[in-house]
Amino acid sequence: MDFSRRDTLGLALGAAALTVLPFRVSASSDAAIEEFTGGAAVGEGGITLTAPEIAENGNTVPIEVSAPGAVSIMVLAAGNPTPGVATFNFGPLAASQAAATRIRLAGTQDVMALAKMADGSFVKASSTVKVTIGGCGG
Amino acid sequence: MISRRDFLQVSMAASAMVGASGFGNWARLAAQQSLTQDQLLEFDTFGNISLIHITDIHAQLKPIFFREPEVNLGIGAANGQMPHVTGADFRKAYGIADGSPSAYALTYNDFASLAKTYGRVGGLDRVSTVINAIRADRPDALLLDGGDTWHGSYTCHHTEGQDMVNVMNALKPDAMTFHWEFTLGSDRVNEIVEGLPFAALGQNIFDSEWDEPAELFKPYKFFDRGGSKVAVIGQAFPYMPIANPRWMFPEYSFGIRDENMQDMVNEVREAGADVVVVLSHNGFDVDKKMAGRVQGIDVILSGHTHDALPEPVLVEKTHIIASGSNGKFVSRVDLDVRDGQLMGLKHKLIPIFSDVIAPDATITKLIDEQRAPYADQLSEVIGRTDDASTLYRRGNFNGTWDDLICDALLSEREADIAMSPGVRWGPSILPGQEITREDIWNVTSMSYGEAYRSEMTGEFIKVILEDVGDNLFNPDPYYQQGGDMVRVGGLGYRIDVTKPQGERISDLTLLKTGEALQADKNYAVAGWASVNEGTEGPQIWDVVESHIKKLGTVTVTPNTSVKVVGA
Repeated sequence: MDFSRRDTLGLALGAAALTVLPFRVSASSDAAIEEFTGGAAVGEGGITLTAPEIAENGNTVPIEVSAPGAVSIMVLAAGNPTPGVATFNFGPLAASQAAATRIRLAGTQDVMALAKMADGSFVKASSTVKVTIGGCGG
Repeated sequence: MISRRDFLQVSMAASAMVGASGFGNWARLAAQQSLTQDQLLEFDTFGNISLIHITDIHAQLKPIFFREPEVNLGIGAANGQMPHVTGADFRKAYGIADGSPSAYALTYNDFASLAKTYGRVGGLDRVSTVINAIRADRPDALLLDGGDTWHGSYTCHHTEGQDMVNVMNALKPDAMTFHWEFTLGSDRVNEIVEGLPFAALGQNIFDSEWDEPAELFKPYKFFDRGGSKVAVIGQAFPYMPIANPRWMFPEYSFGIRDENMQDMVNEVREAGADVVVVLSHNGFDVDKKMAGRVQGIDVILSGHTHDALPEPVLVEKTHIIASGSNGKFVSRVDLDVRDGQLMGLKHKLIPIFSDVIAPDATITKLIDEQRAPYADQLSEVIGRTDDASTLYRRGNFNGTWDDLICDALLSEREADIAMSPGVRWGPSILPGQEITREDIWNVTSMSYGEAYRSEMTGEFIKVILEDVGDNLFNPDPYYQQGGDMVRVGGLGYRIDVTKPQGERISDLTLLKTGEALQADKNYAVAGWASVNEGTEGPQIWDVVESHIKKLGTVTVTPNTSVKVVGA
C-alpha cells in the first residue's frame, strides 16, 4: 500500500509534457512560411499530408507527404518551439515527389506541409495531430 | 447501380417482416411466460449469404445481467443520432413497448424489476444454440468475432485468455479482429494468433518500427459463399497504444488508416469481391465517419462502443450493424448478392435471453471445464447489495460500480480523490444479490490493474479531466477513443460538453471539504489502470474486495457530483 515515489515522478513528467490547450502557431512558423514562399499566395490541393489523428507516441510521429510535380516540400510542426521539421528538394530526375519521416511533437497541434510547384506556385495541406495522456479505452 | 432509395426500401421491408421495431414484439408472449426460443430465432432466410456477428464478449462465458446506459451523449453531428439515444427516446425510435423484453434488453429503465421478470442474458452456450440454429438454415454462414474476446474475467486473466480461446474455437468463427487481446502482451497474443484455426484480421495492424503491415495479421480474407465472393476486411481498435499500455505491445502500431482501408477495398474489388464486409473495432461514430470517407464497403460489423441497435444505420451505401457486448446479443445479417453487388439485406439483433434459449450442452460442458480449476475462488461470496441498490457501469459520467470502486480507492488507499477508468465492459448486479469474487473481477480484471497512489496538483487533475473529456466529446469522431469519461470519487466538477478542450471542465471541488480545488496544491489521488510502465500498488480487485468485505452490504447513493451542461 506504500505510496511510491516512482509513480509520482512518472506522473509529474507526464504533466510537464502536456498542456491543456493545443499549441499555438508560433511566430517563427509564419516567418518560415514567408521565407519559403517569398510572400506568394498559397493554394490548396495537389498535396497530400498523411499523419495519424492521435499520436501513438508524441516523440516519434510518422508522417508522409506527397505533391506530384513539386520541386520542393517544406514540413512544419507549427506548435513546436522550433517549427521547422524538414525541407525536401526534388531534382528533375526524381521519380516521385514524396517523402516520409518521423517527427517529434510538443503537444496537440497542426502539422503543415507546403509545396513549391515547378511553375513557381505554392500549395499547402495541414493535419491536426493530437497528443494525449491516454488511458480509459472502452 | 442500386439506388439509395432501393436500399432504404429493402431495409424497411426487412423490418416489416419481424414486427414494427424490426426486433420483435414479445411483451404479450413474455407476460404469458410463453416467449420461446423459436420466436427469438424466427427469421425467414433471405438472399444467399448469412453473417453472424458477435463482439465485445469480454470473456463472459456465463449468463449475466447487463444494464444499458442512461447517458450516452452525441456531440456535434452525432447529437440525437443513433446510438446516442437512450431510454424512452430509444424505445420510441424503434416502437418498443415499455416493460417489454426488448425494453429490458435495450434500455435502462426499470432495469432491476425487469431483470427479475426476464432473467439473465448471454452465456456462450446459449450463443452456441443461436449460431447452430442459423447454421441449420444456412450451413455456410460466416461467424465473425469483433474482438475484446480474450479479456474481462477471473478465468480469462488466470489462463491468459486460454479459456476464451478454447470456447470460441469450439464455436468455429471464420474471422476475428482485436483490441484488449493485445493487453495480454505481444508475446502471448502472437502465440495464440499463430495457432488460431481462423483468420486474424486487421488492415490497420502495422509493425511499429517499419510502419508496414504486420505479417501475423492479414488485412482481409475471401470466402466463397452462396455463389459469391465475400471479402471480410479487419479493422482493429485504432487507438490501442494510446488507450492501453503501449509498452505491452511495442512492436505494433495501429491508427484508423482509412487511406489504407480504401486501398484494401479497391484491392478486393479488383480481385473479384462481390460484397465487402468490414469487421470493425473502431467504435460506432468512427465507423460512421469512415463509411462516409471510404467508398465501396457494403456492411460494417461495428464493435468497441458496446452499442446494441435493432436496425442497421445506413451511411450512403454502407450498412452499419451494432451488436452490443458481454455476450448479450448476436446479430444475424442475411445478404442478397447478385451480379457482383449487394441487392438487399435483412438483419435481426437477437437478444440472448438465457432462460429462454436452451444452452448447447457440449459448450456448457466445455465452459465448466475451463472454470472448474477456479471454482472455489470464483464462487466465494464477498458481500451483497441492499434491496434498493443496483451495481452497473455504463453511462458517460458515472455508474454505481465505479462509484463503489472509487469509494474503495478513497478508503483503502487513504486518498483525497479517486479515479477509475471509463471502460464500458462489466456486467451488473441486482438489488439483494450476492457479490462474488467473480463479480468483482468481471468489472476490474486486466493485465495492468495496479492501484497507484500519487500526489497530483489541482492543475494536473484538471488537465487529466480535459484530456479524457476531449477523447469522448471531441466533435470529430476520429479524435474519439470510444471510452466513457474517467470516473471520479471525492471530486465534483462541471462539464460543458460543447466547449473545446481546455474549456470544458470547471468548478472542481474537493468534496470532503467543499472547497474549490487549487491549481498549485497537491492532492493524494488513487486510481488504477495506468498506462505507464512500472506503476506500483495492490491490484484493484483486491482493493475492491477488501472494501466490500468491510461493508458487508453495499448501498449505493445517487451521485450528483458531476454537473453536465450543453447536453
